[in-house]
Amino acid sequence: MAQSYVLSHLRALEAESIHILRETAAQFCNPVLLYSIGKDSSVLVHLARKAFYPGKLPFPLLHIDTTYEYPEMIEFRDRFTKEIGAELRVYTNLEAINAGANPYDLGTAKCCHLLRTRALVEGLREGNYDAAIGGGRRDEEKSRAKERVFSFRDKAGRWEPRNQRPELWNFYNGAVNPGESIRVFPLSNWTENDIWRYIELENIAVVPLYFAKPREVIVRGQTLIPLQSNVKILDGEQPEIINCRMRTLGCTPCSGAIRSEAGTSRSIIEELVSFRRSERENRVIDHDQEGSMELKKREGYF
Amino acid sequence: MSAATQPKTVTLAHFTASGAELPLLRMSTAGSVDDGKSSLIGRLLFDTKTVLEDHLDDVKKSKVNRATRGIDLSLLTDGLRAEREQGITIDVAYRYFSTAHRKFIVADTPGHEQYTRNMATGASTSDLAVILIDARKGFLAQSRRHAFISWLLGVRTLVFAINKMDLVGFSRQIFEQIREQSNTLLSLLDGVHVHFVPVSALDGDNVVIKSERMPWYDGPPLLDILETARPSIDVAALPLRFPVQTVIRPDPDFRGFAGQLASGHLRLGDEVTALPGGQKSRVARIVTFDGDLEEAFAPMSVTLVLEDERDIARGDMLVATSKVACQAQTVEATVVWMSEEPLVAGRSYLIQQGPRVVSARVSRILHRWDLERLETRVASSLSLNEIGVLEIEAAEPLLFDPYRENRATGGFIVVHRISNLTLGAGLIERESENISECGPLSPEERLCLRGHSGAWVDLSKVQECADALERALLNVHLHVVRTEQPELRRLGLIVLTFGLHEGTPDVVVDGNDLRGAIEAIRAKTTLDTLHAFGEGEGI
Ligand SMILES: Nc1nc2c(ncn2[C@@H]2O[C@H](COP(=O)(O)OP(=O)(O)OP(=O)(O)O)[C@@H](O)[C@H]2O)c(=O)[nH]1
Ligand SMILES: [Mg+2]
Repeated sequence: MAQSYVLSHLRALEAESIHILRETAAQFCNPVLLYSIGKDSSVLVHLARKAFYPGKLPFPLLHIDTTYEYPEMIEFRDRFTKEIGAELRVYTNLEAINAGANPYDLGTAKCCHLLRTRALVEGLREGNYDAAIGGGRRDEEKSRAKERVFSFRDKAGRWEPRNQRPELWNFYNGAVNPGESIRVFPLSNWTENDIWRYIELENIAVVPLYFAKPREVIVRGQTLIPLQSNVKILDGEQPEIINCRMRTLGCTPCSGAIRSEAGTSRSIIEELVSFRRSERENRVIDHDQEGSMELKKREGYF
Repeated sequence: MSAATQPKTVTLAHFTASGAELPLLRMSTAGSVDDGKSSLIGRLLFDTKTVLEDHLDDVKKSKVNRATRGIDLSLLTDGLRAEREQGITIDVAYRYFSTAHRKFIVADTPGHEQYTRNMATGASTSDLAVILIDARKGFLAQSRRHAFISWLLGVRTLVFAINKMDLVGFSRQIFEQIREQSNTLLSLLDGVHVHFVPVSALDGDNVVIKSERMPWYDGPPLLDILETARPSIDVAALPLRFPVQTVIRPDPDFRGFAGQLASGHLRLGDEVTALPGGQKSRVARIVTFDGDLEEAFAPMSVTLVLEDERDIARGDMLVATSKVACQAQTVEATVVWMSEEPLVAGRSYLIQQGPRVVSARVSRILHRWDLERLETRVASSLSLNEIGVLEIEAAEPLLFDPYRENRATGGFIVVHRISNLTLGAGLIERESENISECGPLSPEERLCLRGHSGAWVDLSKVQECADALERALLNVHLHVVRTEQPELRRLGLIVLTFGLHEGTPDVVVDGNDLRGAIEAIRAKTTLDTLHAFGEGEGI
């Protein structure tokens, strides 16, 4: 046969992720997809729709809402989930918020611990989920590079990186006892470049904050902080209009924008080739101390 | 199907690679602790300009630096705190990079014996293994074990990188000696392609650029070997194997079997056989979200609709009728054991082959590999990191191809029934011979099957402890009987007698020290005492 049976790189990643998502739906009683509204989540949901077509998504989406996210994100979330007919659940650590938790008084590390890490663990417990699907990729960060596709969490939601279940071939052992759970990472083998190329290929909708346009920002150190209602302007800071975009999305005080002219996924892909620095760099919280991502993950962060 | 419900279609070209796309190589590292695996991968990433500046800054800022000069490149993959603190790799790190010729997925694995399971995890999906050897230490037992496990798991290109050449004065003689040392092992591993390259991960000699400090080496640097190594075998060319992951049934009119082709390809109208059972049908539709296809090939994820209503569920497999897979309940398999709790003949475990999970019992251990001497030995159990050939009896049929023929369908993992831990990795060799055709049991086989030798325990002095003793022995999986026929010990039974008999008992229980009695019995029945027992006076 003249036909060459070689799957393209993106289609091979797609097939692998679909396989993982189907394993998750089949092996667990009560799985949930953690939907963070970011580009990886958009890709993840797209893959999940493919995996179960022509059926519906067999699990709900859970958003851990810190209440400090960009308003564009929430708008996008509500419109997108409605469009695709997905069941959206939202969880906020109200206890902490009512007790006054905020990034300005507590510092970003502590705030993040309460409004993301704790909130996630509590949210998963409240929903009694035995599997939580996340968009984590191994190329993102050094401790993520060590993570399994099916990653075991004990009753307290903790990750024990020194004692992970061996994961051979594409056989995923998702067996758990009550109270224990598995974090599933279908995008493990994707890189940032793959994500953008796939978004372009499949024409996947993402939050407009990812694309460059002139925005009113404050220049703080190395980062550009888009002016939002709840961003506090410090003494001596002057808002400026700068062409910029977000490389990752998160809470307003924690994720900065970068100077960029890239207004489409194509130009983002071209821009990525020239980048010599990682996407998480613009996240303030990852750098608080050496191995801080790992510490957060051990407590239950994604 | 009416025109109104005619699904949209898509061509296969929607999924296939364009000519411009770089081929992929999956590789893993292997070798003993501290031989320089992580440093080598770090060097490869660094010299191919894959490392991002902030990741490099992070390494430079790190409190640890074990490199004797320059930056410690091992920290690019050793990302866990415990790894940095202890200076060893604990778990596999996956890295992605590409050159002008190829894309690579690299699994950097630990060399420490305790974490051999993580090395096996990395090797299970790789096509090529770079086995590091410290030039000062030579070919160690751990180098041998890792090369052997990589080969067992189907890695068919082994690159021996003799590292730290800077510490041995770039000596050609040492390089040649290590090459010699590997010969006995390599003669066991059929079908492998082998390369040897002298390198210094620390300084970069022969990693990406050919070293001027070893003019005697006339081969290519490591990266050239990786760029030109044989690609993985073409799974699409093997017979069709389609493990069903889930049944998609959005409405009464649609019933599709969702899965990923493990191997082979299929077209509309192809006849397929559903295993177990063997019902036949034809492919009516190949459904994807992007549209219906006329054909599909491994490793695509698709949903199949068959022409006939068939009772097919998760864990079943659709296979090419012209070449069906094996279906058997008793198989012979090589198992790499990965748990602190030893594998014991007679125990029951869960066996998972992708979506298929069945209950199974290890009916006997045929032998264990002694990787020091590269010989096989008799065994009744496998401890952590040991490799043995077992006979496994499953409660339901296993669906497989021999692992050597098909890596996607020949493997399984062993799962603990209660803790759910993954305990080992198995590679199916063949269906086991029919038991009725196996002839009489040899004393040695009986010993292996039972997991211990027999003993005569004389309880004539303290009959009241018999119940407790029997219970205690059964608890530790020993085969015990109460009978007045002490000669049954020859059949590998532990015989508890109460009356008086001719001959010498192996153990005489005369106090109420139950624990002491059990110890004495165990000491008499472990496999090590087999030969002594065989040569003893007998009954
Ligand atoms: N002189 C010299 N030292 C080296 C070379 N390669 C590695 N080292 C040193 O050897 C030590 C161990 O290196 P690693 O890369 O961590 O070894 P490893 O094989 O990854 O170790 P594990 O993953 O724990 O098994 C470090 O101190 C390295 O700096 C080399 O080519 N020359
Ligand atoms: Mg290492």
